[in-house]
Amino acid sequence: MEMPAPDAGILARKAAIVAGLQALLPADAVISDPMETRAYECDALTAYRCPPLAAVLPSSTEEVAAVLKFCHEQGVPVVPRGSGTSLAGGALPTADSVILGVARLNRVLETDYADRVIRVQTGRTNLSVTGAVEEDGFFYAPDPSSQLACAIAGNIAMNSGGAHCLKYGVTTNNLLGVTLVTMQGEVVEIGGAHLDAAGYDLLGLLCGSEGQLGVVTEASLRILRKPEGARPVLMGFDSSEVAGACVSDIIQAGVLPVAMEFMDKLCIRVCEDFAHAGYPDTEALLIVEVEGSDAEIDEQLAKILEIARRHNPAELRESKSAEESALIWKGRKSAFGAMGQINDYMCLDGTIPVSQLPFVLRRISEMSEEYGLQVGNVFHAGDGNMHPLILFDANKPGDLELCEAFGAEILKLCVEVGGCLTGEHGVGIEKRDLMLVQYTPEDIESQLRVKDVFDPKWLLNPAKVFPLSSTESRRSAAVADAA
Amino acid sequence: MRPQDETELAAAVAEAAAAGTGLRIRGGGTRSALGYAVEGEVLETGGLSGITLYEPGALTLVAQAGTPMAEIEAALAAEGQQLPFEPMDHRGIFGTTGEPTIGGVVAANVSGPRRIQAGACRDSAIGVRFVDGRGVVLKNGGRVMKNVTGYDLVKLMAGAHGTLGVLSEVSFKVLPMAETTGLVTLKGLTPEAAVGAMSRALGSPFDVSGAAHVPGPGSVTMIRVEGFEGAIRYRSATLRDLLADFGAAEVSLEPAENAAAWRAVRDADAVAGGGGDLWRLSVRPSDAPKVLAALQAEAALLDWGGGLIWARLPEGRDARPALEGVGGHATLVRASDATKARLGVFHPEPAPLARISAGLRAQFDPRGILNPGRMG
Repeated sequence: MEMPAPDAGILARKAAIVAGLQALLPADAVISDPMETRAYECDALTAYRCPPLAAVLPSSTEEVAAVLKFCHEQGVPVVPRGSGTSLAGGALPTADSVILGVARLNRVLETDYADRVIRVQTGRTNLSVTGAVEEDGFFYAPDPSSQLACAIAGNIAMNSGGAHCLKYGVTTNNLLGVTLVTMQGEVVEIGGAHLDAAGYDLLGLLCGSEGQLGVVTEASLRILRKPEGARPVLMGFDSSEVAGACVSDIIQAGVLPVAMEFMDKLCIRVCEDFAHAGYPDTEALLIVEVEGSDAEIDEQLAKILEIARRHNPAELRESKSAEESALIWKGRKSAFGAMGQINDYMCLDGTIPVSQLPFVLRRISEMSEEYGLQVGNVFHAGDGNMHPLILFDANKPGDLELCEAFGAEILKLCVEVGGCLTGEHGVGIEKRDLMLVQYTPEDIESQLRVKDVFDPKWLLNPAKVFPLSSTESRRSAAVADAA
Repeated sequence: MRPQDETELAAAVAEAAAAGTGLRIRGGGTRSALGYAVEGEVLETGGLSGITLYEPGALTLVAQAGTPMAEIEAALAAEGQQLPFEPMDHRGIFGTTGEPTIGGVVAANVSGPRRIQAGACRDSAIGVRFVDGRGVVLKNGGRVMKNVTGYDLVKLMAGAHGTLGVLSEVSFKVLPMAETTGLVTLKGLTPEAAVGAMSRALGSPFDVSGAAHVPGPGSVTMIRVEGFEGAIRYRSATLRDLLADFGAAEVSLEPAENAAAWRAVRDADAVAGGGGDLWRLSVRPSDAPKVLAALQAEAALLDWGGGLIWARLPEGRDARPALEGVGGHATLVRASDATKARLGVFHPEPAPLARISAGLRAQFDPRGILNPGRMG
């Protein structure tokens, strides 16, 4: 992945820029030593690294506003950063940029059970939002796999999902209001504890804009009462096609499981070796979970099991205890980690119409042979959000490039069958150059015009989301303007 | 003008843009009274009609913007599915006739009682195709329910009242229709008690999908749960017990009666009749009793557990002072043009937001020809 060359003028002014930032923030909130800025050189897309000019760690909305206003005046690009868990390179800096980390903005500002809303600073981690309310029986629904580490700021920037969004939706469906700081340093309130903010849906526009339209410092999030209980059932099938058909039939029968997770043979084996979850040795595995009281769970599972039996499952096992349920999920949730222990891999995130599941899985396995690279499939089957894991050897010259080429082919296939490039990870730099597969140049232009409104100088996370060729004139105009 | 397909639609808009002619976009015309009156040549979307794709097993429906709602609802019902957000039918409050279209629903981000559980129209909308003010055909999102590829213009188009583009096609995530509906009713509660009861129900683990209150003498408070029959029997009874200190609740599982009750809430029947101005306020639910008292409404309805207030006020009286000191916003839904002009239909935006909104409008419709003035 190519990144734009850093602006020599900004690099030359580093000392003055750092001094300017130090005048705005406490001494320990500005990091400019080249040894220390390396901590911010990459996110979870570790194949790409570049230390920033400096990193700042503001502790208040006012400090964020002061930093952005200063960088705007100085014409310095800013790369916002939550916890740095982006798999798409969303927080990858350039050498001439300032990383704006929100990690110190981590307080809970208000918890209101009567109105079912929590107000937090956005550096707070996803899991600790639920942590703040779970003793009282509530939770925050979006649950990305990185929820232990990832920040709400990043969740909003990427519109993160998780395993339970078939029922509860993704971040955008659970976000009621934000405090937004614009690149010009203005502080703006959008929405709040009420539903449906006034005017154009700017909240919807901000969510998923990958830190390109502004920096969100506070968020009002919808919290929900925890269900009385939940129980998963394991289903093993002799082929992926049959598993896919079973998913479709369950949905069509009017049952709405809270999660439906799919794993193929390679993932089943790796996860089983890692977690000893008791997974059957079959071609395909489904974990289907429903919620409610015991009697309600029985009622739903009876319908689901009846449908599953029509597809001649090789294995059908209902969890009998909380321990068994935890074990079943442990296997699934450790999929990425377990796979990482045996091999380097690249994780894709394309979404396809559920009806195309069998076809796409077959094509991926054919392509896997053509490229000579193994693929494991683990994904949210209910909503068609696939996560093919392509195995490669980072130490073998050319293998990463081969893997990236294979990945691009899979994502093109996702778009061809009516899906999209990314379901929950975001475009970042990773899928930037594939945007023209999904969108026409006019479609892209319509999105660039939105950024023009919020950030006319193109300083916020400028080299992301869109192909560099389509943003070049705007970015270079900004550089010329600054000079 | 009545284009028959997207290409004709784009040509019509491009021509109007070149001539600087304002366009009044019209689907079924049942909601034309939303926003300010628009001057301009009528552009009908009714020629772009029909369901393009419906995959019940993938919970996905795609339809051309001019497709009548009745056609979409019938197709979904045949497969035991529905639009999750329960869109309101505006014919009741506006006294309009004609057939509402799906494009109109999206353009006005129309939702109903289930908004509180399943989200608004904008939450179910997963893709749009539209023609911008230059006459260029654009798309955003698609037909899959998880999609973070690029900016989410689907949300931006939902509720933009046609001022950023003319919708040509919309895609939705749909949901199974519940087997059974349970209705728990409490009578005679004050607004304070009603909001307390609704809040307790919504804070329960029972997936409440409707919580409404019609205030006044003989007030009625209604809680809805939906699902399989066994679950609904259990949940309705448990809710009744949970709310026992608010009074003796009645439980009904009678389908026709319950459907009628929620249709009345959805279409704001309680405030639809009579003269006066009609306001719609979105507030923090626990602020609702205070706001309601300040409004001194001739008739009112609380939906969304108190978060949505419908209020009929004497002609010309401003509802916005009732929001002082609390958050939220108020929209003047039904009033004379003179009152709309004087009080403002949409809630005033703070300066930076107003600038962003104006900037977006200038980018998507540089000649200002799409429903000019509809949103002010």
